[in-house]
Amino acid sequence: MSESMKYFREQRLPHIWCPGCGHGTVTGALVRAIARLNLDRSNVVVVSGIGCSSRAPGYLDFDTLHTTHGRALAFATGVKHSRPNLKVIVMTGDGDCTAIGGNHFIHAARRNIDITTIVMNNNIYGMTSGQFSPMTPKGMIGTTAPYGNSERSFDLANLAIAAGATYVARATAYHATLLEDLIEKALLNKGFSVVEAVTQCPTYLGRRNKLGTAVDMLNWFKESAVNIKAAKAMAPEKLEGKFMIGELYNKPDSEFTADYDQLVAQLQRKFDNFQGGVRECAQNSD
Amino acid sequence: MSEQKKTFEHVIRERWCKGCNICVAFCPKQVLALKNGKVTVVQPNLCIGCRLCELRCPDFAIEVHERGKPESVGIDAAHRDYGISPEAEHD
Repeated sequence: MSESMKYFREQRLPHIWCPGCGHGTVTGALVRAIARLNLDRSNVVVVSGIGCSSRAPGYLDFDTLHTTHGRALAFATGVKHSRPNLKVIVMTGDGDCTAIGGNHFIHAARRNIDITTIVMNNNIYGMTSGQFSPMTPKGMIGTTAPYGNSERSFDLANLAIAAGATYVARATAYHATLLEDLIEKALLNKGFSVVEAVTQCPTYLGRRNKLGTAVDMLNWFKESAVNIKAAKAMAPEKLEGKFMIGELYNKPDSEFTADYDQLVAQLQRKFDNFQGGVRECAQNSD
Repeated sequence: MSEQKKTFEHVIRERWCKGCNICVAFCPKQVLALKNGKVTVVQPNLCIGCRLCELRCPDFAIEVHERGKPESVGIDAAHRDYGISPEAEHD
């Protein structure tokens, strides 16, 4: 941790998150992954939206943006598009990313723009006192679902894969080393990378659903998470009620900003050689 | 002659610790304990240096260092003067 401490805004710590909240573990894993890659602080931009998870960039000593609700990916797309040499990281929550920011999420994935998105999924809207989110498991209690949530929840990893993301992984706050490795790989991937970090919210999800303390919730992750490599050898009935962790999808594809730069260079060549004439000129009119 | 056993020391930033009990519960050797809502090291000689406490601590409040290994140069929050308010340093 000491070598990664330089990436923190120490004067801002201790952070605002509740005792036992997993968001700190995820932030720590991200910072350690960045320290391992030895990224230059001035070349990293961390963008976030609104929510508990989106407080994270405030504690990180990079160029950081705290934007409007759900629009973290839209702002990040702008940053990446104008300065493609920057490493852009988005830290977002399940409510921020899948509810109000759902459209931004699928379109960023479709473009395969080189952004690393870390979705801290605590299954609830923590900041506003525990309303259910699109990631709240069916039957769980929230402020706005006092008799249990009757909606089905998203499978974010499969959504990202279907929308076109080229690196998709999932880990939990319990599996901190795995999370660090996956974030490192996601940072190295040239394209849209999604790491879903399942974290515990002992204050709202845990208390309302009688899931116990932060430790009990971490044990719950330990029991219900199955590594995808181990799952291949397991019987389907044993996997019921479990979720997969590990690297779920990794298939590099052409990246948006690289393609765009190529198009610009191609057009510049074409118009630099322009000798005059009507037909070519018509193409260039605006 | 057998190799000398590695020993570890713990850096605890008490001001950052919120006493969530995660490090204590997942320590495989019962090195740590909570005292007055803050983590303390009770059996430092049992530590095997797995760093699970450091990895899982949501508050970055604990660090494990191997004794006799050169420390990496960096800001160590354990030796920070917290008498100065954060706002005074923030420009």
